Amino acid sequence: MITNLQKKIIKELQKDLPLVERPFEVIAQRLDMEEAELLQEISHLKEKGYIRRFGAALRHREVGLLANAMIVWRIPEDEIEEAGNVVAGFPEVTHCYHRQPLPHWRYNLFAMIHFSTKEECHEMAERIARAVGDYPYELLFSTTELKKTSMKYFAE
Amino acid sequence: MDKLDKKLLSILQTDFPITAQPYHELGKKLGITPQEVLSRIADLKEQGIIRRLGGIFDSRKLGYKSTLCAMKVPEEKIAQTAEIINSYPGVTHNYLRENEYNMWFTLIAPSKAHIQKICREIKERSGIHDLIELPAKDFFKIDVKFSIEGGSQ
Repeated sequence: MITNLQKKIIKELQKDLPLVERPFEVIAQRLDMEEAELLQEISHLKEKGYIRRFGAALRHREVGLLANAMIVWRIPEDEIEEAGNVVAGFPEVTHCYHRQPLPHWRYNLFAMIHFSTKEECHEMAERIARAVGDYPYELLFSTTELKKTSMKYFAE
Repeated sequence: MDKLDKKLLSILQTDFPITAQPYHELGKKLGITPQEVLSRIADLKEQGIIRRLGGIFDSRKLGYKSTLCAMKVPEEKIAQTAEIINSYPGVTHNYLRENEYNMWFTLIAPSKAHIQKICREIKERSGIHDLIELPAKDFFKIDVKFSIEGGSQ
């Protein structure tokens, strides 16, 4: 269970970390607690996996990764575990999920890749596809970013 | 962005020190002063490269549900539909993609019922009923860092 204190800390950590020498002291003051105690709580949240990652969220377009493709495969459900692990094993893949297929959308394995050009995405997709095996797949390039933000949990 | 910025970004994505003086530690790793670390981060934010510095959470562990939705939106209704979809705080990403299903967005909400309610509302408000919802069954890999130094991470 998440305690009230943890919720308060999470709400602070989803803001932007202050750019001052002791940023956690600033947050600790807001929460009326000791800096050392806050650091301990944050480390604990990290260890427990509530915080998946602490650090910078980047705009990949701004770092020159202009081509982003979602690759989708149609894989027999009983082979998807193996295929998913193969796809996720590529360091170039940032996300890889198994999703429930639908009658209108029969692809069930999803992966994201990011490169400077579409050509590089195609090359990478081919490399991954060769490793995965002979299954139907498609690349869906993004053409416009309509929204990209971080979730605000416990916002009420 | 110079070489040092790239190195800084690489470290900042996953190895931000949870210590009293994190920018000191970063400075030590990079061989620069904490002041320079701070000013470089400020610059990278101003350039829009860093969107946010902070915690990135596991929505499931926090008790939330998430899903991926796709809609078939006619060209002339794209702006209006995006406005409707983006108005929900739980919609964190929304992209146009080259496909019949051309609008793809992620949705996070406190429960499955909330997700269904929001999807229903989006369909009603946009007048577009071709919306598929594709919740994840398994996570093989989730949001690792971007490679910006050229090599693989």
